[in-house]
Amino acid sequence: MRELKILTDTLESLGGDPEVFQDRHVAHMAASGHRLVSQREISGVTIDAHETGDGITNTIIIEKGKHVALPIHLCLGITEKTGIQRIQTRLVIEEGASASFLAHCLFPFVESGEHRMDATLEIKEGAHVRYDESHYQGTRGGMIVVPKAMVMVGPGAQYFSSFSLVEGRVGQLNIDYVVQVAASAVAELTSKVFGRGKDIIHIKEKMVLAGDYARGLIKTRVALEHDAEGEMTGIMEAHAKGARGHVDCREIIKDRAIGRAIPIVQVTHPEAKVTHEAAIGTVDKKELETLMAHGLDPEQATELIVSGMLQ
Amino acid sequence: MPLVDIQHLTCEIGGKTILQDLTLAIEEHQIHALLGANGSGKSTLAYVFMGCEGFAPTSGKITFKGIDLGPLPMFERARLGITLAWQEPARFEGITVSQYISLGKSDIDPAPYLGKVGLSPVAYGKRFIDTSLSGGERKRIELAAILAMKPRFAILDEPTAGIDMLSVQEMMNVIRSFKEGGASVLLITHQETIALMADQASQLCGGRIIFTGNPKDVAEHYKQGSCVRCDGETCLPSQIAR
Repeated sequence: MRELKILTDTLESLGGDPEVFQDRHVAHMAASGHRLVSQREISGVTIDAHETGDGITNTIIIEKGKHVALPIHLCLGITEKTGIQRIQTRLVIEEGASASFLAHCLFPFVESGEHRMDATLEIKEGAHVRYDESHYQGTRGGMIVVPKAMVMVGPGAQYFSSFSLVEGRVGQLNIDYVVQVAASAVAELTSKVFGRGKDIIHIKEKMVLAGDYARGLIKTRVALEHDAEGEMTGIMEAHAKGARGHVDCREIIKDRAIGRAIPIVQVTHPEAKVTHEAAIGTVDKKELETLMAHGLDPEQATELIVSGMLQ
Repeated sequence: MPLVDIQHLTCEIGGKTILQDLTLAIEEHQIHALLGANGSGKSTLAYVFMGCEGFAPTSGKITFKGIDLGPLPMFERARLGITLAWQEPARFEGITVSQYISLGKSDIDPAPYLGKVGLSPVAYGKRFIDTSLSGGERKRIELAAILAMKPRFAILDEPTAGIDMLSVQEMMNVIRSFKEGGASVLLITHQETIALMADQASQLCGGRIIFTGNPKDVAEHYKQGSCVRCDGETCLPSQIAR
């Protein structure tokens, strides 16, 4: 199928392994625009996906107690120069199950396009989930990407998520995630984005530590150059005994770029604690000079620091 | 001609004189210890020598192999073979120990350099140089990276500070290996026992070199403690028996 070939070729050019879509041990779902182009279920993983005419809906369920050894691949994209993709996703990780997801969102040739994701993740008691999402949106800066997610992390569950968009152009990005963390559960959100040209980046991540001893981390790393603009809002609320949260935002700004960081912390229980740190500006002087003392010129040193931060 | 020749160097920062009319020569293949109390100007000398931002000399001249370093930016000084191991080296997100040791060099195997500073290449090579490393581990990695540069002149700022007592001898052997590799070393320390390993030593007080001689004599003078708190007021060169 032509669309799948374009998506997997793009994935391969970015260092991914296209063979996973042929592997019968690997569950996957691939969609180009509003067309489902490939999917595979494996034992313990059910994928119920449909084309709705103006989008795709899918429900992926990891059965109770099931430990899925190999990552589940989600490959979403637009293969033409223009297009719209709307995805409605529901992921359910049943009690005690564990799984990891690799989501590849690929828009290699788009000059003007839109990708909207509306996701719900239900991570039940004692489950463990890793969700790594990487984007490539071409070099034109014509994409509008709006990922929204509501994540419920059940008692004792663990949820680790990363979002990466560091190659090519961003266009417009508007992330809106909310994570509810139950008792003794752990949640981590990491976002890494490199904005260039006139890219506009808005990242709003909210974590609510609702249960006793819930723990949460929001970590954002953004580099901006040329005329790019970025605004990162990290909201951490702690409402229960022993809850611990941290918001960590770092932005490196070059040229005429503009960066803003808005950490909002709220604590309503005397035995809870939330901390935050934010650093915006040029590359750290000591890091730069340490590398220059090794013979790197300022451009080489800056490039290494930025690429390390977005690693 | 000495490898390093510092002539009448004065450095004022924020209206305060940190280094004052400092003159120092260091020969090829020599370890020169610079002893001084906190605030005496030792690290400032390192930063001025390296060309760090905000540490330009007010007057005086530094030459290296006869080349005036004044107009050269930091990275060009490094490319001449000059480098600095910081007292508190920076940490980097997303850069591995192996990458760091190989910086700016092609086809280099970091393993022997890590081995030399007592770190297992298997355990450390793929770790990031971030806050997960202890201060002592970070300093060892810095020394390994500086060794891998094969410098002509290495400034080591308090290389044994933060290193556990049992490993200090091991670090001293690493410092000696710079000399064995053909480099000269400016060994900055506030510990007279460390200075004894040098070929020559100087004592810094209140931004002035007050005594240069063999390490034993300089260490003995330093140990007396007369300079530790005087900030140069009672240690003017004319008052010191050289």
